[in-house]
Amino acid sequence: MPGTMDTLLAKFPGAFTIAAFKDNARVEIPADKAPGVLFAVLKCLKDECGFDFLVDVAGIDYLNYPNAADRYAVVYALANTKTAQRLFVKAFANDPDPELPSAVPLWKGADWMEREVYDMFGVVFAGHPDLRRILMPAEFTSYPLRKDYPLRGLGERHNFPTITRAES
Amino acid sequence: MPVESLPIADEAGADQEFLYTLNFGPQHPATHTTLRLILTLDGETIVKAVPDIGFLHSGFEKLGEDLDFNQYVTIVDRMNYISPFANEVSWHHTVEKLLGIEVTPRCKYLRVILAELARISDHLLCVGAAALDLGALTAFLYAFNEREKIYNVFEAASGQRFHPGFSRVGGLMNDITDDVVGLIRHFVNTFPKAHADVVRLLNRNRIFVDRTKGIGVLSKDEAINTSCSGPVARASGVVRDLRKDEPYLAYPDLQSAFKVVCATGGDCYARYLVRMEEIVESVNIIRAAVENIPAGPVNVALNDKVTIPDKTATYRSIEGLIQHFELFMWNRQWTPPVNEVYAATETANGELGYYVVSDGGPRAWRARTRPPSFIHFAVFPQLMEGHQISDVPAVLGSLNIIAAELDR
Repeated sequence: MPGTMDTLLAKFPGAFTIAAFKDNARVEIPADKAPGVLFAVLKCLKDECGFDFLVDVAGIDYLNYPNAADRYAVVYALANTKTAQRLFVKAFANDPDPELPSAVPLWKGADWMEREVYDMFGVVFAGHPDLRRILMPAEFTSYPLRKDYPLRGLGERHNFPTITRAES
Repeated sequence: MPVESLPIADEAGADQEFLYTLNFGPQHPATHTTLRLILTLDGETIVKAVPDIGFLHSGFEKLGEDLDFNQYVTIVDRMNYISPFANEVSWHHTVEKLLGIEVTPRCKYLRVILAELARISDHLLCVGAAALDLGALTAFLYAFNEREKIYNVFEAASGQRFHPGFSRVGGLMNDITDDVVGLIRHFVNTFPKAHADVVRLLNRNRIFVDRTKGIGVLSKDEAINTSCSGPVARASGVVRDLRKDEPYLAYPDLQSAFKVVCATGGDCYARYLVRMEEIVESVNIIRAAVENIPAGPVNVALNDKVTIPDKTATYRSIEGLIQHFELFMWNRQWTPPVNEVYAATETANGELGYYVVSDGGPRAWRARTRPPSFIHFAVFPQLMEGHQISDVPAVLGSLNIIAAELDR
């Protein structure tokens, strides 16, 4: 792991901060740097540091979170299939247009996972080949895992149009 | 979702009028659960497959932000409902990592044994249902006969057959009795015969082999590139098993009891073989573990103030009563660090991980699931292209898509 961090520090000085908790090492890229540098960091980790496996893409909404500077975060969980090391790259984004570069050119597995983050948080992934909603219906307008979306919804469920057999 | 809004119309242009579109699901016997495929067909050959999912989306991850660490176990049970206990282990493994709890040796062993039983149950359903879809009803019945015994074990241990809800932060709901150990021993002794029956029915069954060999081939590079894990990746030659790579719970003690099963074919038959062999390894793990369950308490000590005290302590001692109160009042409960953690376990379907963000309160700020079914189903369109429509059940069955986990 020190080798990986040295490579990243040499290539992207000042672009990220490092955090660690238990055995999780995190590379955190603030919202002003993330659109420019996230893809290059992921590419460097994949091509030069051996993190060839994208484990997960997780979206987080930090609205009213203690000491949070930016609102949205997308965590790319990476793993090295040879050494079983793990690394987490966390990129932040902010309203009104949360946008990050897509990792699909690096990992095909990012396709659906990024679609889910878009569906749930409204973070747009630039360069994604097919960015549509995946779990929610296409006509849904909110982003349900955002913290300002209430647990019981905004009434969408009760306002579904009913289709009769004749109309279908 | 209307067909017009899906990215299929442009593929079959006006010059390809011989292509036609077939709607497969959401309710179809071969999907087993609720998922929908829109297949563009040339005769019986699939030109393009577009999955449309989300029919079972019930906001599990949103509920994870509203329920506390113990309550949410009932929800993770219902994600991969074929092997629910493995999900519980994974969830509480992550929560305990966040809270910094080291569970007792007895709890580690019990969780491992029950999670391996859940893995056997999951693999049996996957193999049995895959064979059923290809016309082999007998193997399905043999497999379900054995699953019944596993349900009996869970019923004896927790009182619930399908969704045990047995795991708790820092331990288990209750300790198991000797009856449960007897049931597990009986299962381990009688199961190899049933396993051999299924193997004899399917491994060299010409219809089964013809319909699975060379179907839905996933290469090793593709498996890594598309984030596949578990039996799907191992059938493609990716040697990655979290039980060996980052041993958790009691697996450090059980390393000599099992091997990582891999194949190189990457097709449906290889995935079937890997699952069948993994069942054997799981039986070996259970056999080694069940004779070595350490004595002692199943929950961490009451003084650590993280586990629900047993009822005797609650009703007969002031400390137990206070502790019970502390853990059930919604504004008391646990005080995790303001941080975030990812932990994963190897479940039957692959790497099941949780990314838990905590704001210091007893509920997760964010409880992200890494759902193996979701990630494996993303590979489905590329596995299907160029195959026949009758291969759809074979590939779906071999990927073991559980729609509740797919949509959450």
